[in-house]
Amino acid sequence: MQVLDSNIPSGSLAEKWARHKAAIRVVSPANKRKLEIIVVGTGLGGASAAASLAELGYNVKAFCYQDSPRRAHSIAAQGGINAAKNYRNDNDSIYRLFYDTIKGGDYRSREANVYRLAEVSPNIIDQCVAQGVPFAREYGGLLDTRSFGGVLVSRTFYARGQTGQQLLIGAYQALNRQIDQGNVKMYTRHEMLDLVVIGGKARGIIARDLVTGEIKRFGAHAVVVATGGYGNVFFLSTNAMGSNGSAAWQCYKKGAMFANPCYVQIHPTCIPVHGDQQSKLTLMSESLRNDGRVWVPKKKEDAEKLRQGKIRPNDIPAEDRDYYLERRYPSYGNLVPRDVASRAAKERCDAGFGVNSEGKAVFLDFSDAINRLGRSVIEERYGNLFQMYEKITDVDPYKEPMQIYPAIHYCMGGTWVDYNLMTTVPGLYSIGEANFSDHGANRLGASALMQGLADGYFILPYTIGDYLAGEIMTPKTDVNAREFSEAEEKVKSTLEKLMKVKGTKPVDYYHKALGHLVWEYIGMSRNEAGLKKAIIEIQALRTEFWGNVKIPGELNNLNQELEKAGRLADFFDIAELMARDALNRNESCGGHFREESCTEDGEAKRNDEEFTYVSAWEYQGENKEPVLHKESLTFESIKLSQRSYK
Amino acid sequence: MADKILKKLNIVVWRQKDAKSKGRFETYAIENISQGSSFLEMLDILNYNLIEKGIEPIAFDHDCREGICGMCSLYVNGHPHGPDTEVTTCQLHMRKFNDGETITIEPWRSRAFPVIKDLIVNRSAFDQILQAGGFVSVNTGGVPDGNAIPISHEDAEEAMDAAACIGCGACVAACKNSSAMLFVSAKVSHLAKLPQGLVEAKSRARRMVAKMDELGFGGCTNTGACEAECPKSISISNIARMNREYLSARFSE
Repeated sequence: MQVLDSNIPSGSLAEKWARHKAAIRVVSPANKRKLEIIVVGTGLGGASAAASLAELGYNVKAFCYQDSPRRAHSIAAQGGINAAKNYRNDNDSIYRLFYDTIKGGDYRSREANVYRLAEVSPNIIDQCVAQGVPFAREYGGLLDTRSFGGVLVSRTFYARGQTGQQLLIGAYQALNRQIDQGNVKMYTRHEMLDLVVIGGKARGIIARDLVTGEIKRFGAHAVVVATGGYGNVFFLSTNAMGSNGSAAWQCYKKGAMFANPCYVQIHPTCIPVHGDQQSKLTLMSESLRNDGRVWVPKKKEDAEKLRQGKIRPNDIPAEDRDYYLERRYPSYGNLVPRDVASRAAKERCDAGFGVNSEGKAVFLDFSDAINRLGRSVIEERYGNLFQMYEKITDVDPYKEPMQIYPAIHYCMGGTWVDYNLMTTVPGLYSIGEANFSDHGANRLGASALMQGLADGYFILPYTIGDYLAGEIMTPKTDVNAREFSEAEEKVKSTLEKLMKVKGTKPVDYYHKALGHLVWEYIGMSRNEAGLKKAIIEIQALRTEFWGNVKIPGELNNLNQELEKAGRLADFFDIAELMARDALNRNESCGGHFREESCTEDGEAKRNDEEFTYVSAWEYQGENKEPVLHKESLTFESIKLSQRSYK
Repeated sequence: MADKILKKLNIVVWRQKDAKSKGRFETYAIENISQGSSFLEMLDILNYNLIEKGIEPIAFDHDCREGICGMCSLYVNGHPHGPDTEVTTCQLHMRKFNDGETITIEPWRSRAFPVIKDLIVNRSAFDQILQAGGFVSVNTGGVPDGNAIPISHEDAEEAMDAAACIGCGACVAACKNSSAMLFVSAKVSHLAKLPQGLVEAKSRARRMVAKMDELGFGGCTNTGACEAECPKSISISNIARMNREYLSARFSE
């Protein structure tokens, strides 16, 4: 039996989306007014979807845990957004963007979805410009672009180092307009804690009002989850402190399969960890690799002196510096994809060439660029990033190279969706980072913004109509239905159970412990023994957590420790599934590096014969092993080859 | 190089159970804080210690911890976002403090931003102002090509300067009148500087100013405190621009 039907339309790649749009059903304006849609999360995906759906005439309820929809973590994306505009005349095209994304994802994504993403990418730029997003401009008044890792053209549009912020504000403004017109009801400081399924279809959610602690029921004809990734499973990550996987995880427990959980992205250019008091890691945009050169000392004794603070990086002459990315990958140099750059940094540091006191940092050096272009050009391009770096580290990157080290940044894995972005639960959709569909095993830089906005502005508003056309006779969801009561009871009992533990250790204690485990065994480098060990240790830690966590405060009041505890409870489960998935996938691909599967010179080696599929995990119940379903990936227009950036 | 350690600090902090309860200052001691830690990491550690002692931790808003989401909102030693310049509280680092120092932490104080709990305030008034007109009225789809509207490099840069506002509310907290003029003018300027936003510039200024007044923010007396405390260096020249937009809107009524 074929469990997973990806619903990919027939026809050639270039025709699929147009043919599909022509074939799917459309809801009349009069009927749209009768239909309700819940959108959870207000990042690029959620805000653009909520606004676009409301513009079409649907009644939208939007939710975010922050105090304002503008604070969603898309706001922190720095570098840019890709689009196949070919404004540079450098032979970019929809096909080239598609090809780069498939190759960058190490041939583990769905061709049809990726092609569609590339196809709608130019519309995104137009839309954002019309909203008033202040993209960088050339002196002639036209849009400027820059290059990103893993590509040979310049197709990344940007607004200084704050592209995510500006795109999110664009979507937020569109959302505000719909709130003002009464088409969107916005619920801030509300967190989705369960999905309600009635008659096999998604019909609503249970959410906690984070200010009063009240548990509330919300009904709809369809539910859209746009809640981002689960990177905070690592404790230290570049995600926001509140970013979590709980909404997606509740969907998983209600029947939405979870795909490729082991595909997480370790970003090569983050500010390194200092000491043990740190709460979060800060990214330095990939765009910096346009002008920065990555190096470590050639001589171990120089690295040793750097670690002891006996010399400064500028004391090391050019001939004693190892620009290892340029050395290993001459054709892409400093602009190799993220997974490749991260592993190369780890390799140098593991070999003893790390440059900070912990030995876990490499240099990102701008001195050549400053000499070539002048300080003012660098300031205009990256000023806010340089300022941020100096505020955090107390080192002036105009004068001395930055120190960087890889850190967890993005989750390619997520809720399984078909071509319509619908999950395995009818009426439940997943968009943006929350789904799995477009980035395969590794995401290229500046593609997350593109995907979030493609899903929210241009894909979901069409595809959801096809489902809702079948729901026009369905009355408003009755929130007094038995399924709502059951879901609410379950949510309440989980929260009460957490409060009742009254143990001895704060939530952060367990979160840090989980983070260490995940970084050690399910991080940049994985092997069978480690993954098996991880599963056992995660289970043990989870048991300890449920028996000994200490949560002060009250259930019916604002309680940040309780919020954290609920999210961590799900992170344990997510971490375990990540380990299972990584264990099953005995090949190296993209961000997933299995030590058992590499070439002689240490590069990742895929195993296409056995693993050209999407792993979709189906929940079987508490303490039961999930079942693995495989969606095989077929490549019609691209020939699979081992990725090479040499 | 290892960061220096602050052996002891006294933290005086505003505690308030909920919006209805009366608040008070409490003093806590904290030891061995690395100067490389951020201010919020110091609070994390303090909270960790409080939880271990069975005391409810201090509630404070924070999220991205990269200085961009605008969620953190602490009034530290009499300054919104603390003693450093051009930073949010999450980017404030402990190297700005001395060993043995007493640090006072309060929530934003403004009638338009009521306290929810401890250091958390309700800033939904900002959202409401933007909902009143802080947008360009375009729907998804059917828009011209991105390069069909040339915008000079300088205009784009100026619009970006204003659009950099993160909506944290430091300007209101810094102002003796609790005026929201810097915040509102940043949005008015961002959109008025671009041809896309120019069409609605007048009605936008009118509606947003009316909403701002309705929500209980005070008037602007040009003290410049907002600009001095703004973590994103939003310039008060935006206020002058908004006043022009607003006046011309009133005259054209």
